[in-house]
Amino acid sequence: MQFKTILKNPAEWMLSSGPHGEIVISSRVRLARNLRDISFPGWAVEEDRTEILNRVKPEIENLKEMNGAFSSDLSDLTAVKKQILVERHLISREQAAKAAGSAAIMNRKQTLCVMVNEEDHLRMQSIKAGLSLIDAYKMIDEVDTKLESNLDYAFDNQYGYLTACPTNLGTGMRASAMLHLPGLVLSEQINKVINAVNKIGLAVRGLYGEGTEALGNLFQVSNQHTLGEQENEIIARLEKVIRQIIEHEKNAREKLYNEKQTVLDDKIGRSYAILRYGHIISTKEALDLLSMLRAGVDLGYFSEDIRALIDVLFMEIQPAHLQVFADRKLGAEERDSLRAEIMRDRLKSLPEPSRFSSNKSNEQSSDGD
Amino acid sequence: MNCDVCQENDATVYLTQIVKGKMQKVNLCEECAKQKGVTDPTGFALADALLGIDSDEKTNVSADTLKCESCGFSHAEFKKTGRFGCSQCYTVFGFGLESLVKAMHKGTLHLGKVPSRYQITKKYNDQITELKDRLRTAIEEENFEEAAKLRDEIKLAEADYIESNESELK
Repeated sequence: MQFKTILKNPAEWMLSSGPHGEIVISSRVRLARNLRDISFPGWAVEEDRTEILNRVKPEIENLKEMNGAFSSDLSDLTAVKKQILVERHLISREQAAKAAGSAAIMNRKQTLCVMVNEEDHLRMQSIKAGLSLIDAYKMIDEVDTKLESNLDYAFDNQYGYLTACPTNLGTGMRASAMLHLPGLVLSEQINKVINAVNKIGLAVRGLYGEGTEALGNLFQVSNQHTLGEQENEIIARLEKVIRQIIEHEKNAREKLYNEKQTVLDDKIGRSYAILRYGHIISTKEALDLLSMLRAGVDLGYFSEDIRALIDVLFMEIQPAHLQVFADRKLGAEERDSLRAEIMRDRLKSLPEPSRFSSNKSNEQSSDGD
Repeated sequence: MNCDVCQENDATVYLTQIVKGKMQKVNLCEECAKQKGVTDPTGFALADALLGIDSDEKTNVSADTLKCESCGFSHAEFKKTGRFGCSQCYTVFGFGLESLVKAMHKGTLHLGKVPSRYQITKKYNDQITELKDRLRTAIEEENFEEAAKLRDEIKLAEADYIESNESELK
């Protein structure tokens, strides 16, 4: 598979809606694994890194799951292409910065990706739509089991899978779900929720993981501990908490819908207007506006059909995707203008939000100030 | 006198501890002392561990000079990056690691998936889990005689476990 194919096709999880798809965008499970007899990537000399790659890459490419996969050494990709993979959550920011001996292999549907020589020799992850942590784990677990029969993993009876950083010891598993929480943000309950979640040993992060900002009301919730518990226990605990957050989000949305009708109408209406008629839109603004549009779909302001379009736009309006679209390097101002152009084009046939048009259209002229 | 940890700043904190009848001395600069939590009496064990001073070792021996035979990684490097050089480093720098791991995780014993070539481990895992369950029940029922017996059995099983681990790593 060529890079072009990845570009042309959004990932499977973006196009389909999984369980609780109105709140849970995607579920991801990542496993960290290392070979026993060779230095971890961060400490390995270039020669060793190349050896690791030569040992590991054919094993991954030979997997049935990787039939027709895209496989590339990171050094063969331009900065923009690497950034595309980051924007699609296929590789990490850290790996995009990595030098020789680092590679990424991903399947056609972009639901499975193995990074070689990131922080660990192997970082493999699966992504599924909606709240599907168990399915995502099963998928990556199968891949891991196949790989272990030919690769001698570093494993310790006490500490489990040995990883470069002791924070990943044990299962080496990080399970996470991407949640869209506009209700909790608008009703200013989000910090309370984040604090509560942090207290029980789970982490809440922004759109691109550790140390990133929460853009577009998107939050990643993941397990913090990897040692001392079985994989299915970790996932069950995480899923239970996510279900509670979903309930809180639903209540917050219902409350807004019933008690703050004008505020909600205004937020959704303005987002619609700016996306339809704006000419300069930054990434941050775009994500926030798209977030309100998505909330609008969930609350019945727009037809369900456009949810997938919105999810794809979340990705397409990001800096690297725009530059590939334009086929040249763009300055920040050019990007903001192209971003607005794409939005206007893609949303041109989107009807006005329905509660807005049915209840408020008559007052509209007298309302203007 | 230089600090035993960073080897750079002047040492201003002098610690003396008697362990098993042997005197240990550690000299630290203020910054390292604070970092290691040695001003906090409960944090001293960790500081001790991080410095790698074993009761059998002489005074003023610092683990910073200790290097992993297989990859050449040093303990000083670990303190800088928080990451190890290779899987063998866990054995080389294993001393004192448990307290660090304990602070990071839910427990210090792996209970999850085991690669098939390490399946023998699972036998011990299951055995210890079962014993711990029985111990919990015994304590709940205030059956302390049984509890003491179980505790010894767990200790024995865990010692077996570590031993098999060591032989497997060889």
